[in-house]
Parts: sequence; C-alpha cells; structure tokens
Amino acid sequence: MVPTKTSTSLMTGNEAVIKAALAVGADMFCGYPITPSTEILSHWAQAAKSNKSLVFLQAEDEPASGFAMIGGITVGRKAWTATAGVGNVLMQDPLSMAEAMRIPTVTYIGQRGGPSTGTVIYSQQELNLTRMGGNGEGLRVVYAPSNSQELYDMTIKAFNTAWRYRFPTFILSDGYLGKTYSEVNAWQPKKEEIVSTEAFFLNPRLQPQNLRNCYSQEHELYEVLLKHFEEYTKASEKIVESETIGSKDPDVLICAWGGVANSAKTAIEELTKEGLRVGLFRPLTMRPFPTRALQKAVSGAKKILICESANGQFGRIVRETLYGVCDIEIRRLYKPAIGIMPEEIEQEVKEML
Amino acid sequence: MIQPRYTSSIKESSKPSNFCPGCGHSIILKELGKLISEMGIEKKAIFAIDIGCSLLSWDFYDVDTLQTHHGRTTASAVGMKMGKKDAIVIAYMGDGGGYSIGLQNLIHACYRNDNISVILVNNTMFSMTGGQMAPTTMSHEVTDSTPEGAFTHDKPFMGPEILKSVAHEGAYLARCAVSSPPQVYQYMKNALDNQINGRGFSFVEVLSYCPTNWKTDAKKTCDFLDNMKKEFPLGEIKK
Repeated sequence: MVPTKTSTSLMTGNEAVIKAALAVGADMFCGYPITPSTEILSHWAQAAKSNKSLVFLQAEDEPASGFAMIGGITVGRKAWTATAGVGNVLMQDPLSMAEAMRIPTVTYIGQRGGPSTGTVIYSQQELNLTRMGGNGEGLRVVYAPSNSQELYDMTIKAFNTAWRYRFPTFILSDGYLGKTYSEVNAWQPKKEEIVSTEAFFLNPRLQPQNLRNCYSQEHELYEVLLKHFEEYTKASEKIVESETIGSKDPDVLICAWGGVANSAKTAIEELTKEGLRVGLFRPLTMRPFPTRALQKAVSGAKKILICESANGQFGRIVRETLYGVCDIEIRRLYKPAIGIMPEEIEQEVKEML
Repeated sequence: MIQPRYTSSIKESSKPSNFCPGCGHSIILKELGKLISEMGIEKKAIFAIDIGCSLLSWDFYDVDTLQTHHGRTTASAVGMKMGKKDAIVIAYMGDGGGYSIGLQNLIHACYRNDNISVILVNNTMFSMTGGQMAPTTMSHEVTDSTPEGAFTHDKPFMGPEILKSVAHEGAYLARCAVSSPPQVYQYMKNALDNQINGRGFSFVEVLSYCPTNWKTDAKKTCDFLDNMKKEFPLGEIKK
C-alpha cells in the first residue's frame, strides 16, 4: 500500500496501534486490562469517549472479551482485542473458536515473561502460543513488528488480512515496543485499500445462518478441516513476509525476529564496519512462516546464529525449516524472558569466526 | 400419517431433532419457535447457544444461530447486542453452562444490565456428559459424580434469586417449568418484550426433564420435576 495522507508525529507504540486500528476502520474493542497491553484498552476508551460510533467493552475476563468481540464481528463490526501472557492463554478459548469458524479476529499481544504470571514487560515466549495455541492446527496469521512504524503498518495489514482471508490474526509485540516513544508516520490508507466487513447475521443478502463448531461425525469435521488447510495454504503464499539484510553470502547468518532483530541490525552495522561478512534473516510473519525465504537466505551462508528472548521457540522453527536442506553449524543465543543487546550478538558472531 | 405442523421459524429439514425421548429441550424450543414466529422477529433475532445438550439446537430454527463454547454464550450475546443494538439477542444454555463455567459472564451481564434475554434450562445436572453434578443438583441427589448423593448445602444454586441481588430496576427474572408450556411461552415473551422495550437484562430459568440421566420412567420423570418445583419456586422473581 502507498501512503496517501501522512502525518508524522511522536507517539508510543501503543498509540500507533490505536491510530492504525482507527485508520483501517476498527469500530469495536473488547478487552480486559493486563500489563503490558492495558494502554491499548485505555487509549480505545479515550477514543470512544469522543467518538460515539466506537463500541467499547471492558469485560469481566479475557474469555468474555474474546467472545464479545466475536459476537460483535458476527453482526458486522470490525472488532478486536488486546492481551498478554496469561491473558493470551485464556484468550485461546475464543480464538480457537474463531479459528474453527473462520471468524476474522485481530488480537494485539504484548508478550511478557513466562510461564505463568512471569514478568510484565518483555519476552519472546508467546511465540508458540500465539502461532499454534488452541486445540487445532494453528490456522492463524502472526505479524511480528520490531518498531513503532511497523506496529502502525502491521496493524493496518493485520485487519486487512483477517477480513480478507478470515483467519485469526495477531500483532505479536511486547511491552518495550508498546511503550517506546518514536516518530511514526500515521498514514491513512485509501478507502479501496481497506477490506470491508460483512455481517454473518441479520444480513439481508444471506439466508438464515446456523453456525456451529461442534460436529457429531468425525468425517464431517475432517472435510471441513481439509478445506481450511487448502485455503490457508493458498492464502499463505500471499501473506508470508520476511526480510534479509547484510551480506548475501555471509560467514554468519543471524536469524532473529521482533525486537531482537533490531539488536541484530545494530550488531551487523558494527560488524560490517569491521569488515566481517554478516547477514540477517528476519521473518515478518511468524505464521505462516517464510520457509522458502529462509532456505534461500541460508544457501550462501557458512554458519547460522539464532538469537531470541526465549529458550528455542523460534530456534525450533528455524531448525525444522532447515532440516535436510543444509548441514551447517548452528549456534544458539537463547535468553528467555530477557532482552539481547547488540554487543552480545557481536561477541557471539566473533566467537564463531 | 399425521405430519407435525411447524411454525415458520422452525427449520423443518433438521427435524426430528436429536434430543433424547422425553427431553424437555424440545418443548422449550418449540415454545420459543412459536414465540419468535408470533412476534414476527425471525429476521431480527439472533439465537446464541451453549455447549451441552443445548448445542443440539444449533440448526433448530431458520433464524441466525451461533453455537459457542461452554459458558461463553452470554458473553457472545453481549457482543452481538453491543455491535447491533436493534438485534433481538437470545442466549440459550443449560444450568452447567450458565451457573457453573459461565456464571461470571452471566452475573456480569445482569450487573451491567446488558439488554439481552437469557433462557437457562435447569435439569439439575450436566446431561450431555452423562449426568454429573451441577450447581443446581439438589441435596442428596445421586448423580454420575455424586454416587453417594450430593452434599452441598440445604439449597441448590438459586439462579434468578442470586441474579436479583445485582439486577437493575429494568431487569426481568423468572422461573417456570416445562410441565406448563403456556407459562414457559409467557415468561419467554415477557423476557423478549423486556429486551425490545430496552429495559435491560432478562432471564428465564426453565425447570426441565432429563429422563435419560435421571434414569426415570414417565411417571418418575414427572415426580422428579414436581420435586424440583418444591426446591425451585416458580414465578416472576423480578419484573
């Protein structure tokens, strides 16, 4: 999408998410306070105070907010929610229903340390849960921003993807991203660039809809799932995104995502100045995963360094993707629930060379 | 052969329904179908249903219907109503879904005076899973999970009476029994009128038969319900 109207100003990542949601036509938010995602809820409450067409519900718990969101979507609202940590665990109840019934949802996740209540600001440990949570096959779309501008851009993209393909869609962020002030170009997408909603219920164009997620026959569910897998695979080709920067045939290819990818970029700048050949592979969609792009990125690499603020949740996806494709040394910099500084990445790279 | 006559809201292609012989759901749903047709609200109503036996009604009507998760029907209905204020939203659930796993959602919908109508079917147990104890299980009642009889309190969970403590002025709360279909019809109509008139939360508990899990013949099924009526007083608890 090409920005049409631009207005660059200083704002937090959370504010960027709200501005993007409003720009893309979100008109209902149901949530429950939890650090570090609470500001999304309170900023929406502020927005709804001055704009009475915006619906807001602070529900009694996360499942209630998720199911109320789904209720709103069924009658044609562009409804969304935000949560974190153990709230993300509880939110899997409504989101697995959304996945089963192909209800388009957008969920902002501010990752926090886990398991359990853990810590409240930062982690990359909600990757597995967000990608594959629920008792299904993870038919979801997960965007992974690494700065405020990407929070803005990916929020707009998330709403369009959710309503275009009808898979639960996530913006997988964290508290540092959400609370950091930076300059954001809050561009307004053109009308034709916004995917519109259509009510499932009380829609004069449709016959009465009887919608269920429970089947009495095994083959009935099997056939529904096969259709969903086919549509997910087809949509994946259009959704999947990644970036590769630095040397094309690096001595070390760093694999990182989200905020850690920013540290990796800084590290690569420093290492390149020192004459070292280093590259970065960064998925922008964690699900569907950019499998082919990763396989291409490693084709000229001599070694791989995986960096993440989790104990191998991302690393396992990388290693599975590369299994049987290449057999080069893989080093792991796993720091669950804690940030990774550029200097640490530089040091790891130097030790590998 | 005499064919059954259905009111316009009832979906003939899904009949006969999958409820057990003697189940009260069919009677309640038939009354609700009549009510929807007679009020002429087929195109304005949304029917949201829970897990448990109530889910068997997912295609009972030619009315927009959403089958949700266990206990989450009230919250889904709240979202529908917030999203579209002129929709007539009917949430349908059992006593397990409403009073056990979904009580938090139910009590908060009442507390907020959300303008939806909830119909809760009380047969004193979780029936879809084979008759385990529910909050409504009566003292000394033997169920699949209380083989020695339930020992809770003297009184089972009194839904409308408990909701009354947080209900707003406009709320409607009532209890009836499936043995009197006209009363079921009338209380459900009062509930829907309450919603249409914008007065807020409305709730009808219906005492209902479950011969399959009560393990009762026809006579004992009626006796069981009569006993329930002593525990759970019928009437309009708040109007």
